[in-house]
Formats: sequence, structure tokens, C-alpha cells
Amino acid sequence: MPLSKDELLKAYRMMKTIREFEERLHVEFATGEIPGFVHLYAGEEASATGFCMHLDDRDKIASNHRGHGHSIGKGCDVDAMMAEIYGRGNGLCGGKGGSMHIADLSKGMMGANGIVGGGSPLACGAALAAKQLGTGGVAISFFGDGASNQGTSMESLNLASVWNLPCIFVVENNGYAEATSSKYSVACDDAADRASAFNMPGVVVDGHDFFAVYEAAGEAVKRAREGKGPTLIECKLNRYYGHFEGDAQTYRGKDEVKNLRATIDCLDRFRAKVTSADLLSEAELDVIDGEVAALIDGSVEKAKAAPMPAPAELLTDVYISY
Amino acid sequence: MARNISYQQAIGEALAQEMERDETVILMGEDVAGGAGSPGEDDAWGGVLGVTKGLYGKFGDRVMDTPITESAFIGAAVGAATSGLRPVAELMFIDFMGVCFDQMFNQAAKFRYMFGGNAETPVVIRTMYGAGFRAAAQHSQCLYPVFTHIPGLKVVTPSTPYDAKGLLIQSIRDNDPVIFCEHKALYTLEGDVPEEAYAIPFGEANVTREGDDVTIVTLGRMLHVAHEAADALAKEKISCEVVDLRTTSPMDTDTIIESVENTGRLVVLDESHPRCSIATDVSAIVAQEAFGALKAPIRMVTAPHVPVPFAENLEDLYIPDAGQVQQAVRTVMGKD
Ligand SMILES: Cc1ncc(C[n+]2csc(CCOP(=O)(O)OP(=O)(O)O)c2C)c(N)n1
Ligand SMILES: [Mg+2]
Repeated sequence: MPLSKDELLKAYRMMKTIREFEERLHVEFATGEIPGFVHLYAGEEASATGFCMHLDDRDKIASNHRGHGHSIGKGCDVDAMMAEIYGRGNGLCGGKGGSMHIADLSKGMMGANGIVGGGSPLACGAALAAKQLGTGGVAISFFGDGASNQGTSMESLNLASVWNLPCIFVVENNGYAEATSSKYSVACDDAADRASAFNMPGVVVDGHDFFAVYEAAGEAVKRAREGKGPTLIECKLNRYYGHFEGDAQTYRGKDEVKNLRATIDCLDRFRAKVTSADLLSEAELDVIDGEVAALIDGSVEKAKAAPMPAPAELLTDVYISY
Repeated sequence: MARNISYQQAIGEALAQEMERDETVILMGEDVAGGAGSPGEDDAWGGVLGVTKGLYGKFGDRVMDTPITESAFIGAAVGAATSGLRPVAELMFIDFMGVCFDQMFNQAAKFRYMFGGNAETPVVIRTMYGAGFRAAAQHSQCLYPVFTHIPGLKVVTPSTPYDAKGLLIQSIRDNDPVIFCEHKALYTLEGDVPEEAYAIPFGEANVTREGDDVTIVTLGRMLHVAHEAADALAKEKISCEVVDLRTTSPMDTDTIIESVENTGRLVVLDESHPRCSIATDVSAIVAQEAFGALKAPIRMVTAPHVPVPFAENLEDLYIPDAGQVQQAVRTVMGKD
């Protein structure tokens, strides 16, 4: 099904919002004002967007430490995300979670995750709930090439298959787990090869190509909604920044990122494709660029001005006997 | 000859010297060889902690990067330990024990006893713990009490570069599984460390400051908080004795009891949660063995029973500080 004009505009806005959010965080992190670990998703936008464009309120996603893109894709409020990353009291998690733990259960965003491989079992659970409750919902677990080697990932593939769950496993293979290459750490050629061992379709897509991701995601979501079970999809893509902010990335090739940015930027590709096919005009895209820039500017400004959590919050949201 | 080096360097040096001495010592962990298969510089990272940097160059394939697969590689270290190697595995953050706990506590911890004394498991699991880095609930915990609870595991919590080197060398030479807990706030701490190899025996607490009025029992990073408090209290004419446990299993109860028998008062300072912790453990032992010597109820200073929060102001409130220790000491002195 070809995308409508509105859908194309929505997809571009989603990708651009993620990109701007991350580019801005990169700059703001360098000032020292943002605490903790920040893992940026820049370069990988087409993956979150290609999947989340198919989702609605019934659906859930489980994310990982590189979770800003998934969160934006699933509709988390950008201002509240930014405030969370700054550790402010009005953040999405009241400032208690930070970048690595952004969550909005009301939006079906089950949480970024500090534990590599922590998300897939949770996605199985969400898919089980959707199935039992008959909501028609699906669950997606987004995780990395590194996480794909984790026992919980393999166990979840098996469980989802055994229980025939409406669950989709998305390996975002950006070539590295921290400094370690996926060529070293993943024993098969493609992480998606593992699907056959768990009796589900395994698909490899170019994760820089929104349209390719969108199509593969659509099939998997349809299959899940029709009760036909799980799918494993591997998006081959790249991250534009270090593993976390502050990573000198000396394990990467010389000019690696520069070349990637110049040749396979998912936003550039999207723009080229939709304008050359006369689906959208440069001007329409530029308008979105401007609106997104203003949105992110505003979110940073508001986050910086927001108060810290009240000290009493230290002892709330948990049972304490002494 | 002692030089001034960091806790991080002291740990790296202990590893290098033991690898030099004994070729059955091997290292494994995520990025400990700097990132296998990546196109850039060799040994770009020495693990995320930088502790193992340079060792890959020196020892080649005795330093192994692992996939992110803690259950399998921690278990493999345990299995290799029963089969002639002395592996040192790096579990990046102590929080990740959740992924591989079975291999540590049902496997490694049990073999020697369960197999009737017929097994040795000389494995060391080095892991980073503690709050203070805005790393939030899944990267900041002090989980050593959980390991301390389990018979068969030895648990080490060095507080200085000197202790880090000597205790790590002992850990590698020890024939039981050892959980070696490094506080992330201590890596940059510098101190005098002898160049030559030396081992600090387990189960020997260190009286780092002598005093008459109150015993403060503590460990790890909190040792430095205890000293800060003791310095301040000295100005109020309160004399504190500070005992650094060094190892929580085995634990040197003799030194604790002897100190409390001299001072008659006990404050236990621990960065972990208050329930079923080192603080409760030490308190219980003193209550049982030295009750008659106590002139006041024991006070525990710990983090609250909550996960570690992200926001800077909340995390600062979470971590026990010298002010709280001073308050607890004044309380046991009847001066509050
Ligand atoms: C259980 C566990 N092991 C290790 C880590 C440390 N860690 C955080 S992210 C990461 C690399 C993850 O790589 P990948 O899954 O490929 O995701 P990417 O960062 O490339 O998006 C590692 C090793 C962790 N957080 N949790
Ligand atoms: Mg990766």
C-alpha cells in the first residue's frame, strides 16, 4: 500500500524530530549540563519510523538504551522526554529515570532499558497480553546486534514462536556493540539468520531506507495482527555518534562516520526519493524542518528552566518499611 | 618501591603481574581487548573501565572480548576455572549480575561443597558498583550484600589503590570464586602502591584510624566518607575508630568486636540498601557477640530502601554523606 501524502509528511516529521532531538543533545551534552549516560540514535531514524508508522494505541514497544528514537516514534511527548534527560521534576519519569529509562506506558512505550537484552522478554509479555485480551495489538522489541547475542533474546524468539505471539523482533544492527564489531560477535552472517531456527520469518532490510523498512514492518505487523506469529527483522544501519556521548570512537575506521553521513543518510534519501517522484516538494519538507527545529529549541529551553524533582520524591513510588 | 598511582592503574597492574607470573590467568569481558573485529585502532577500549587497556597488546589472545552474553561467558569462566585456568572475567556493572546470577551462585559457589570438596573454582569476577554517576537505577547499585549472603563466594570491596592491587592478587591466587567489587567513584583515586606484587589476605579488616569513643565500620567508597566525618568530629572532641572491612566474605568479626569492646559504640556505614545488608549483618554480630560492651544502641547509616534515582539532587540525597555519619555518631554519644 503506497503511503498517502499525510503519511509521508508524518514519517518525515518523525524522522526529522528524532534527528534534531539527537543532534541537539549531542551539542547540549558537550556543555556538561546533561547528566549520566546518553546514547544517541542519530543515523538510525528510518528504523524506528518505519515500524512505528504502522502502530496505534493498541500496540506496545520495548526499547533499549538507545531509546530516544523509539520513544518519539511511539508518540512520547518531546518536551517531557527532554525534561527527563535533564533530570527535571516534570520529566516523563519525574526525573527518576533519565535517558536510559524513558517510558510512557500510556503511549505503549514500555521503556528504554539499561540492561542489554532486557526488552525482548517484556515484549513477549505485552504480545501475550494482547493475544489473551484480544486487543488486536502487537508488540515490538527493538534491540541491537550486541543484544541479539544475549540469552534473553534467543529465549524470547523461541517463546514467541512456541506461543505464536503477535511479537516482532527488530535487530538494529549498527555494526557495533560499544567497541566490539558485530562481525566478530554475531556468529551467523546476519542476525536474521537465526529466525529459521525458531521457525519464524527472518528478514534483512536496509535500515537507511525508510521505504524498505516500512514495507518489511508492514508485513510483519500484518502477520502478527492476523495471528500468524512472530517475525525477526534485521535493519542494517549505522550510528552517527559514539556508543555514548563522550566516546572517542577510536575503534572506528578513519572518516567512517563522515562517509556514512555523506552517502547513506536516511533523511537525505527520503527527501531525494519523495521529491524526485513528486510526492512531496522541497518546500513542504523545509516547513517541517523549521517546525521541528522550533520544537526542539523550545524543549531544551523549557527543560533547562524546569525545577529539579522535589527532595521528597526520593522516597516515593516504592514500598519502604524502614 | 611505592609510587602514587590510581585505583584503576593498580587493578590493571595486578592483572598484568599475575598474567606474567601464571600463564593460566586469562581475562574475558565486553570490550576488555578493546573491541574485537572493529576497523579502527587495536585495543581502543580497555573495557569500559579502561582497566585492561594495554593487556591485549602484551598477552594477545589471553585477553578476550566476549559477545554480550553474560550468562555464557561468566559461566564459561567458571567452567574454565574447574578445568585448569584461572579466569578473571569482567562483569561491567554489578547490576548485570541479574543476567548471569545462576552461573555465579548455583554453579560457581556450590561446586567445592556440593562435590564433597572435590572441586576448585579459582575464578574472579571483577565488577563495578556504586552510585554517584547519574547512571540511574540499573547501573548504580551496591549489590555485594547479595553475594555475601551466599556460602561459597568470597566478596571483596577494596577502598584504596593499595588494597585494590593486593586484594586482586589474592583473589586471583585464591582457589574459591571471588566477586571483586570496584567502586566506580574510586577509579581515579590515587595512592601509594608498591611496584612489586603483594597479596592482602582475605578476612583481615583494616583499622584505618584509631579512636576511643565510637567505632565506625565501613567498606569501599564509604571509607572515605567515614574519614571525612571522623575528621569533622575530632573538632568536636569525639574520637572515632574507623574499620574498613576490605572483604565482606570472609568477614573479620574479631577486629570489629575488639574495636567495639574498646569504644563501646558502633556506627555502621554502608552505601547499599538497609535491608539484609552489610550494615544489618555487622550490627547483628556485634549485638550478639559484644552486647555487654555497648553503651548505646547501634546506628546504621545506609542509602534508603529505594532504587537509585537519576536526577542529580535526588541521587546526592540518596548517597550517605559525612553529615549523616556525624549525626549518627553524635546520637550514639548522646550528644544530639
Ligand atoms: C546485560 C548488559 N550487559 C552489558 C551492558 C553494557 N552495554 C550497554 S549498551 C552495550 C552495547 C549494546 O550493543 P547493541 O545491542 O549492538 O546496541 P547499540 O548500542 O549498538 O545500539 C553494552 C555492552 C548492559 N547495559 N547490559
Ligand atoms: Mg549495535
